[in-house]
Amino acid sequence: MSSTLHTPAQHASATKGAKERDTYLTADYGWKSWLFTVDHKRIAVLYLISIMVFFLIGGTFALLMRAELMTAKGDLFEAETYNKLFTMHGVVMIFFFLIPSIPAVLGNFLVPIMIGTKDLAFPKINLLSWYIYLVGGGATLYVAITGGLDTGWTFYAPYSSTYANTNVAAAAIAVFITGFSSILTGLNFIVTIHKMRAPGMTWFRMPLFLWAQYATSLIMILGTPVLAITVMLLALERTFHIGIFDPALGGDPVLFQHLFWFYSHPAVYIMILPGMGVISEIVACFSRKRMFGYHFIAFSSLAIAIFGFVVWGHHMFVSGQSAYAGFVFSFLTMLVAIPSAVKVFNWIATLYKGQVSLETPMLYALGFIGLFTIGGVTGLFLAVMGLDRHVHDTYFVVAHFHYVMVGGMVMAFMGGMHFWWSKMFGRKYPEAMGQFAAVVIFVGFNFTFFPQFILGYMGMPRRYHQYNDEFTALNVLSSAGATILGTGFLMTIVYFLWSLKWGQKAPQNQWDAKGLEWEKAQSPPPTFNFEDGERIVVTEDAYAYTYEESHTGSGHEVKK
Amino acid sequence: MAAHSVPLKIYYGVFLALCVLTFLTVWTAKHDYGLLNTPIALSIAGLKGALVILFFMHVKYSSKLTQLFAFAGFFWLALLLVFTLQDYWTRDMLNVYFFKPH
Amino acid sequence: MSDHAHSTTGLVHHFDDIEQQHEAGTLGMWAFLITEVLFFGGLFGAYAVYRSAYPEAFMRASSHLDVDLGGVNTIVLICSSLTMALSVYAAQKGSKRGIIMGLLGTMFFGAIFLGVKVIEYKDKWDHHLVPGDNFIFEGNPGGPEQLYFALYFAMTGVHAFHMIVGMVIICWMIKKAHRGDFTPGHHPLVENFGLYWHFVDIVWIFLFPLLYLIGAHSGSHT
Repeated sequence: MSSTLHTPAQHASATKGAKERDTYLTADYGWKSWLFTVDHKRIAVLYLISIMVFFLIGGTFALLMRAELMTAKGDLFEAETYNKLFTMHGVVMIFFFLIPSIPAVLGNFLVPIMIGTKDLAFPKINLLSWYIYLVGGGATLYVAITGGLDTGWTFYAPYSSTYANTNVAAAAIAVFITGFSSILTGLNFIVTIHKMRAPGMTWFRMPLFLWAQYATSLIMILGTPVLAITVMLLALERTFHIGIFDPALGGDPVLFQHLFWFYSHPAVYIMILPGMGVISEIVACFSRKRMFGYHFIAFSSLAIAIFGFVVWGHHMFVSGQSAYAGFVFSFLTMLVAIPSAVKVFNWIATLYKGQVSLETPMLYALGFIGLFTIGGVTGLFLAVMGLDRHVHDTYFVVAHFHYVMVGGMVMAFMGGMHFWWSKMFGRKYPEAMGQFAAVVIFVGFNFTFFPQFILGYMGMPRRYHQYNDEFTALNVLSSAGATILGTGFLMTIVYFLWSLKWGQKAPQNQWDAKGLEWEKAQSPPPTFNFEDGERIVVTEDAYAYTYEESHTGSGHEVKK
Repeated sequence: MAAHSVPLKIYYGVFLALCVLTFLTVWTAKHDYGLLNTPIALSIAGLKGALVILFFMHVKYSSKLTQLFAFAGFFWLALLLVFTLQDYWTRDMLNVYFFKPH
Repeated sequence: MSDHAHSTTGLVHHFDDIEQQHEAGTLGMWAFLITEVLFFGGLFGAYAVYRSAYPEAFMRASSHLDVDLGGVNTIVLICSSLTMALSVYAAQKGSKRGIIMGLLGTMFFGAIFLGVKVIEYKDKWDHHLVPGDNFIFEGNPGGPEQLYFALYFAMTGVHAFHMIVGMVIICWMIKKAHRGDFTPGHHPLVENFGLYWHFVDIVWIFLFPLLYLIGAHSGSHT
């Protein structure tokens, strides 16, 4: 086995003409050099391709749902078909797009470069995590093809364990498998960040992206195993009917929710924390300023990771958990708002009197700050038990988490992809097209999901394929918005692919940005990230942008 | 650090202690201490676990970071247990009983 | 120390030196063990909930386990932990024979443990105590006693699975030790596997009182 694994160094420049520099993309050719690679950058590209496949699948499910919801009557799909659509949309988007998106693509690519090392601590385990992801994804597609799944992505018992007629056991196994891919990625990042930092790269010189990745990885290794054991119990219950979640045999379905949300609420932070890391990088670069409140942002990532583990009960206010537990979880949930708000305020303070320029990544970052704030604040609505009783399981909740997941994480992912695109592939995307698409996506997103807040507040329940006539206008608006949003994403994918071949060649540092990946690594980097034999030594803090120092008109004392 | 080698007699001592504690836990389990049954059993198990972690797994001689990691797993397990049980153990606060005795 | 380490083989290209590589390996193992704690943690959580809900039923059900067999297995597993620790000790001292003897001992005790486990499982099967359609507890189907046995099989089953995986790895390690792959300065595999094996032992240290002993004071069983 190990003999077939290519050592990344395999072809040095000796085999190639001296005129063309060897990059990680051209170091070796052929499908074997990709499928057996242990280069973190190539694995990032493999992940990028796979998550885009799942993004398109999940997106198609979403558009089909919006098509059904154009009219009040359930005229396009059967109710059962609609149930399968929203379930598969959720499962695919959460487990196969959102959770791996930034960690497995941008994180894989950037973590070793940002800390100044050649690779992740365990390159083979990194490749293994991608294969596990593929197996899990394949199992999910198998479920989708052989009758689908209709439990919702939450797999709530006892419906999933006793009553559903779809292939719950196979779906549970698919999620079980995929979890290990996430665990291995997290484990790799944690060890890499602890043990592989270049000389001089102290914890407080690390870019905030790395702090976010570290916090995310903590959640991945601490939470995911509990999900694994939970879906394993679900599969056992479903197959052998042992009673664990069956009230008729003394079991308690609410226990499933406890165990499920112990992972799945922190998983929300797996999805948003890396996005916050990306935004920190972009905001600093396009304000040409040092990050305001660096330490606060760094520690707020850890605080979110830790507090995020003790708020899960806010998903269960109406599930029969005790009033006392509801009170405790409600209170703790509000506490999580603090570190999130710390980040938002620090980003805004960084923008303040900065030299702000509005290239595509910055447009996404600004979009993120606004949309995430809306998503976060509506989350506080839901943390209030009395209000949650009113809007629970309505479109208000749907709108809330799409503002966080799409308005937050997907915006950050798009911003990050634009920001580091030239680093990854050595070509620039067309800037004007990028800005245009960013605006289209922003507009489309708000048309899609803002009406859903109102719908939810009016009382429209989620997960139904038909609705009362009075909800029609807002639903049509939402579906129209989804079309715009989908168009925006398609445009982006098209010009990204176009730029791979015809895009303008990018210099090493397209944005004149700070950070090892820009200052020390070429675009695209060579297999070992930095020039041969160069040992990176870090001597300055992150974000050593000089606008403040050179710009005395700010009215502040110039920092030395 | 990891190469620090523990004297053999410590291994044998820990082994003996683990065996003695196993007999002790079986012996105590055959007596009824009422509410204290479970705390006693878990204390002995915790002590045995600690011996294994500290000496067989060398955590006593390891870096602070390893010690932190060893602690973190159990800390998060405690979070899982405490925050789940704080629901179950307060279910009857409003006279709502979810588990009827069979 | 590091001069000595550099002279040994096994340094992977992306590490600065062998010490960094070892530390990364050890830390990775501990991170993995954290996931293992939480993996079993879900089962312990379910156990805590149901036992606190049905204390009497759990005691009744528990008295159908054989405390003697469980106790013997506990001692057997502690023995295997000792031999594992001795194997690591031998690796540090550079004794190839010591490594292999320690691993063989661990393998031996592990096999005894699993053998006893098979006898116990067989006994539960014969007495209709395996959860599912055939479950009958003192004449009644289903109920909280079945929950106890569901947890019993889930917890001990997952534990036994870990032991089987461990024993497969031991076979591979014995082969490597025989080839002379482990040197005093470079035996991360032995050391990290030791951590894994001790962890599996710790799980059993908790399973034994929680599963076998809770009904022990209420009289003997069948």
